[in-house]
Amino acid sequence: MLYLDHAATTVVRPEVREAMAPFADEAFGNPSGIHGVSRRAKNAMEEARERAAALLGAAAPLEIVFTGGGTEADNLAILGAALAGGARRRVVTSAIEHEAVLESARFAERLGCELHVVGVDRYGRVTPRDIAAATGDETIVSVMTANNETGAIQPLAEIANAARGAGRGVLVHTDAVQAFISVEVTTATTSSDMISLAAHKLGGPKGAGLLYVRDGITLEPVIHGGGQELGRRSGTHNVAGIIGLVTAMEQSVSDREDFRRRVGGARNRFEEVLSAELDGLEFTVDEPRLVQHSHLRFPGVQSETLLIRLDQAGVAAAAGSACHSGAIEMSHVLAAMGASDAVAAESVRFSFGWVNDVADGEDAAKRVAAVVGELK
Amino acid sequence: MKALVAMSGGVDSSVAAALMLEQGHEVVGVTLKQWQAADGSMPTSGCCTVADAEDARRVAAQLDVPYYVLDHVADFRERVVEPFGAAYAAGRTPNPCIDCNRRVRFRTLLERTSALGCDVLVTGHYARVRNYDGRYRLLRGLDPAKDQSYVLHMLGQEELARVLLPIGEMTKPEVRDHASRLGLRTAAKPDSQDICFVKDDYRAFLRENFTAVAQPGRIVDTAGDVVGSHEGTIDFTIGQRKGLGVAFGEPRYVVELQPASATVVIGTRADMEVKGCRLEEVSFVAGDEPENNELAVKVRYRAAPVSASLENDAGGYVLRFHDPQEAVAPGQAAVMYAGDDVIGGGTIAEVVR
Repeated sequence: MLYLDHAATTVVRPEVREAMAPFADEAFGNPSGIHGVSRRAKNAMEEARERAAALLGAAAPLEIVFTGGGTEADNLAILGAALAGGARRRVVTSAIEHEAVLESARFAERLGCELHVVGVDRYGRVTPRDIAAATGDETIVSVMTANNETGAIQPLAEIANAARGAGRGVLVHTDAVQAFISVEVTTATTSSDMISLAAHKLGGPKGAGLLYVRDGITLEPVIHGGGQELGRRSGTHNVAGIIGLVTAMEQSVSDREDFRRRVGGARNRFEEVLSAELDGLEFTVDEPRLVQHSHLRFPGVQSETLLIRLDQAGVAAAAGSACHSGAIEMSHVLAAMGASDAVAAESVRFSFGWVNDVADGEDAAKRVAAVVGELK
Repeated sequence: MKALVAMSGGVDSSVAAALMLEQGHEVVGVTLKQWQAADGSMPTSGCCTVADAEDARRVAAQLDVPYYVLDHVADFRERVVEPFGAAYAAGRTPNPCIDCNRRVRFRTLLERTSALGCDVLVTGHYARVRNYDGRYRLLRGLDPAKDQSYVLHMLGQEELARVLLPIGEMTKPEVRDHASRLGLRTAAKPDSQDICFVKDDYRAFLRENFTAVAQPGRIVDTAGDVVGSHEGTIDFTIGQRKGLGVAFGEPRYVVELQPASATVVIGTRADMEVKGCRLEEVSFVAGDEPENNELAVKVRYRAAPVSASLENDAGGYVLRFHDPQEAVAPGQAAVMYAGDDVIGGGTIAEVVR
């Protein structure tokens, strides 16, 4: 199987598995305890928090809130900020956000917040001016670092500056879940007050993530209980997951230049060969985009049919998002870019990962071209 | 051969997939996502639910074959659900399973079969396909209690050349035994009875989605005299006797529905009798009309076949019953048989009194 769906989730790195192993074994302790078994888990977790803070350029380790994944981090950022203190009453986000952000924002709206969902241009990019126009005082602005479907990198620093210039008490959140593996994401590069990450997109385990929250920001918790994470996220810590998350972050950062060269090379080779083999291929977005993403339209070929044929030919790719039953649903991202249903239904995402090299790109292109050729 | 097996999550299509594998073929399992609520969610009760798709997926996993859910929601809405409501609004009694077979399953899905890399489409229907020197015949299923050839009457030579119905060669108990032997989780699953896109009561569904059939109106007798009132023609079916809300010495039956004027016509048993029916959407399994026009005809899925003559009339076809028939409802299919052979069929456009 040639797996080209690394944006959905990617292979766990061996360093991660190794780092996690003790915490599924003898270091099983609950960090919230007074004895030695707890202490060992607690120390490992707090050390991981320091490492995560350093990687993100955070001012203090306690700016890191460990969560049960990226979705939970997004929920905490938006709802936590929207509900805290009662002052912040407006949420501004973009139409191409992950559902974790969009649905949290809609939930905030149902709870009484004012919601503005800002559109994008035809290349799937959010315009800083549009964000500023929707932003007022005490607004939470949430725009992703790069889009998970198309790979389009957003002008986040400009968006953050424009938003802060449009009102007082503006908080900027970014979902950097898809971007972190190949794009430098720090508090400085994103100019953000809150950053969401998920371990499993980085070669870590599923079910672990974090929210960076700049010191001084008060969040209303969305998960209530024993008061872990300074009350911001209750629930017994997933210590193995946290260790896996931070190890995957470290590997991603130290590997980033190589990733961009090697995996980006695979993606570029894929697109080169595919363009040479097939007429009429359309690229959904232009630069800047994630080096690992290739989002393409094959005119005249239904993506659902293509994905099934590719699966049978040993190539795993994706389109839109899968619903509960497994059927493909119309992509809200492509719809926001102004694509018709027909165009969206012919679009496919190939996403490369840390295990790929340039030979995989060439191999993939040939296999995809062969299947598309049969379908045309 | 590579077979695309339409798996509903029931025992019949589960066993159909297993039989194809046992016969040495490659199998790809699919479930059609046909219907979703306004919020995009799949139904949770009735047929075609999330649980059914999950059963199909698990059976496919057990058989170690690839499995996909195909999105036919828009297709199904346009070709089955909308006509379903439109038929009721025109006073007809539609059979959505037949429309689905005619316009979705054995049309769009069959068209996709080769695009999906498969040679034949396999379903879990109780009917048999035979190939005699390149001519295909469609026969009743071996199990008379489960025969589903009625809902497959629209299949012609082109379709039958690419369709296999392995379950038609078995009885239902044999199918269940086979599923049990293989340890399939669907072995004891009850048969589905409902219309797949309707949660409980199809009338409630129509009231919600097609308001024309829910207009209050008059109940009249065959002379046109008003004898009562009603809350919507959707509450009535042709041949219905109970629940008319009117009392006479002799039993009265619904003989006609006129939703356009919200009128229900009732009459005596004799008023229900029809001598024949005019057909539309007529097709013949062989492609041509039969040489012998004396046929056995089923006018409802669960009706016993009756003798009739097929006649050409004004460029169309009319079936003349040898004995008058009751409760012949426009919108239902009339399917013609000669012995076990399905000759063809069509939709009842109007009755001939």
